[in-house]
Amino acid sequence: MALRPELEIISEWIAPGSRILDLGCGDGVLLKYLRDTRNVNGYGIEIDYQNVLQCIEAGINIIQTDLDAGLSEFDADSFDYVVMSQTLQAVHYPDRVLDEMLRVGREGIVTFPNFGHWLARFQLAITGHMPVSNILPYDWYNSPNLHLCTVKDFEQLCTKKNIEILERTVVDQRHKRSLGMRFAPNLLGEIAIYRFRRGKKS
Amino acid sequence: MPEPFPADSVGLVVPKSIHFDEPLSLDGGKTLEYYDLVYETYGELNASRSNAVLVCHALSSDAHAAGYHHVDDRKSGWWETCIGPGKPIDTERFFVVCSNNLGGCRGSTGPMSTNPATGRPYGPDFPVVTVKDWTRSQARFSDALGIKQWAAVIGGSLGGMQALQWAIDLPNRLRHAVVIAAAPKLSAQNIAFNEVARQAIRSDPDFYDGRYDEHGVKPLRGLKLARMLGHITYLSDDAMGGKFGRELRDGKFGFGFDVEFQVESYLRHQAEAFAEHFDANTYLLMTKALDYFDPAADYDHNLAKALDHATAKFFVVSFTSDWRFSSARSREIVKALLDDDQDVSYAEIEAHQGHDAFLMPIPHYLDVFRAYMNRVAEVSR
Repeated sequence: MALRPELEIISEWIAPGSRILDLGCGDGVLLKYLRDTRNVNGYGIEIDYQNVLQCIEAGINIIQTDLDAGLSEFDADSFDYVVMSQTLQAVHYPDRVLDEMLRVGREGIVTFPNFGHWLARFQLAITGHMPVSNILPYDWYNSPNLHLCTVKDFEQLCTKKNIEILERTVVDQRHKRSLGMRFAPNLLGEIAIYRFRRGKKS
Repeated sequence: MPEPFPADSVGLVVPKSIHFDEPLSLDGGKTLEYYDLVYETYGELNASRSNAVLVCHALSSDAHAAGYHHVDDRKSGWWETCIGPGKPIDTERFFVVCSNNLGGCRGSTGPMSTNPATGRPYGPDFPVVTVKDWTRSQARFSDALGIKQWAAVIGGSLGGMQALQWAIDLPNRLRHAVVIAAAPKLSAQNIAFNEVARQAIRSDPDFYDGRYDEHGVKPLRGLKLARMLGHITYLSDDAMGGKFGRELRDGKFGFGFDVEFQVESYLRHQAEAFAEHFDANTYLLMTKALDYFDPAADYDHNLAKALDHATAKFFVVSFTSDWRFSSARSREIVKALLDDDQDVSYAEIEAHQGHDAFLMPIPHYLDVFRAYMNRVAEVSR
């Protein structure tokens, strides 16, 4: 199975031999890929039983737990990277999760659907409906997404929390990057991918 | 001849016994000059002796983990759900071994065995044994079987604690530890329940300070009470409610103290069946082994330190409705392993059956267990 292009971008950011924690790791595809190709070890966290089963089948270290319950099982600074792919918007307290990520990890990596994308804005502004797209396939009443945000919103929160953004990439739903996206990420990017760490100034 | 047992059962099994002449020093300071262990095996040991799995039993179980002793046996071994062809502990792939712990009453040396010093049964003079004593005796047992390293040591409840002790005390002798519905040590509440059980036995007029055998009686009342109490802690409120509710046997109150509610009838029946074939002195010993279990105590009461030099990979499983050894207790084990950067996976199984869930055919449980054991098998070929 090919790696989701978004995960390919993440794996490029991760140094070989490092230790990672993957929050909401799904079937463990990223951890498995990193283990097999980059000698990266770590743990996945999942609440969904089917995903836990698939991780065990893949030989991934998986801890079944609820992310909203915090990461109290993990000591401070125990990972090089804490990754959260397409999950930030589905937790109860994204801001606390970001804090937890940077408590247990040196760096954090998150991806989320950018609600500021022009199509989402268009759907809400012109049709008057909550946006539904390939990236946001749910209706408002059955969506697991509790806290959708835009590229701008996320960066504002980072500033407020003294989180230093080290790298940002936005891609479209085919995970392609373009010049336009580089200049207008919040308007043209469908998926936002960030690498960040705790800011220097306190 | 038609096969009388289900196709996914190991079928007819014969317990074996092995004698050890080398004295065994026990944690309590005493020594067993010689002893026997009764055990059963299922499946075939491969040529490289790499597919052996040790199953550790819970408080009142024994070496009879799977299969049947007689053609007309209606009751199978205690972990028939998990051991057999195609089951999580697949006897087509693994050589499965289960031994009755020292101090037991199902064949291994225990209070009912003859005390060499007196020529009579040990009774209350059988030394109090610990989980560490068991792993020590099982290490010798492994030597005798020619198994240098177990593919996995597996257990539920007290058996899970024993698997944990194995990983700490004998790190090079197992590749995986599967710790199910266990805890790193007993809580005050756990010990309190055990103490009530012991008091029930010890205050039975037929107990005679443990020398009931000499008086030709058994402290059945005490043993039954102990079992009733224990049994309540093995089930969840939901499971009991679902099974019995407030159902009355005769449909109406009798305004007396005979059995009225179905749950009373069930508990009495369970307790009677148990007391008939279990030894009271063994019950006392087993509850003590539980109370004393605390592997972290040897390492400044730091479980992470205790597990730091373990080399096994761990699989920890808990059940949401288990209040005897709750999920939080399993997570203490997981946390210590995470602190040590050990390989560990943890599954928290949604189940309403309480502590006894580890013995039951709960699909999600069997699936993750099977998936994990498949990984164990892949490197054990």
